[in-house]
Amino acid sequence: MSEKAKGTNNRPNLLDLLTKRTVQARQSVSTWEEAADRVGKLLVGAGTVEQRYVDAMKQVFRDMGAYAVIAPGIVLLHARPEDGVIEPTFGMVTLATPVPFGHPDNDPVDIVLAFGAVDKQAHITALQQLAKLLMDPAAVERIRTASDDQELVSLIRSLNSGSELTSGP
Amino acid sequence: MRIATLCGMGFGTSMMLKLFIDEILTADGIKAQIIPWDLGSFKGQQVDIVVAPTDMGTHLKGYDGRVVLIKNLVDKEEIREKIIAAIRELQDT
Repeated sequence: MSEKAKGTNNRPNLLDLLTKRTVQARQSVSTWEEAADRVGKLLVGAGTVEQRYVDAMKQVFRDMGAYAVIAPGIVLLHARPEDGVIEPTFGMVTLATPVPFGHPDNDPVDIVLAFGAVDKQAHITALQQLAKLLMDPAAVERIRTASDDQELVSLIRSLNSGSELTSGP
Repeated sequence: MRIATLCGMGFGTSMMLKLFIDEILTADGIKAQIIPWDLGSFKGQQVDIVVAPTDMGTHLKGYDGRVVLIKNLVDKEEIREKIIAAIRELQDT
């Protein structure tokens, strides 16, 4: 794990993981696979997962069903630590036009989230922070409408600042 | 009281559900052990309440215990309403 992502207790903060390397706004894709590839590519590019992890995320989604579409318009993709995770990682891609992921109630999706865990613990702080963020409909709406990568990254920072979600030292 | 939160692998969706339910029950002063589980290793376990995403309901067809299905996993109100109702039912039986 890089020094930067280490945080306290080896549980990195969401802010240290959702950075300009792992966040992209208003992407154009036409299928859910493409959407998954797009966010997967960010994680591979950041050096936090191997390419095979991206394929594993898609396979898990196919095998397990669409429950990973956790809320209207929001999908949270992941696979297993042994599928090629190098260090705890989170990525976010927002879509210019929503695409269907096959969920009966929560389709179509325009916020594509992915994470990689190295065990059952190290990603918990970031996951908790992400859950808090997604629980706030106003915050989700702002994420949805952020027009470029920089705005989206700044937005994530501002949404978390001043709360318990602020990044460690 | 033991509550299991379920998902395919036991550390994404189910973990998120556990975090929410921990918070809800703590706020309401209800004591419970909440365990995130993956579907595969959950089979055969005994718990008081199972909480899972709606879409996973089909995987629980053979399970005869109390099941709570959540549609929007980041909607704390939906989670609160359903889990509290299930706990009341459990206490009444």
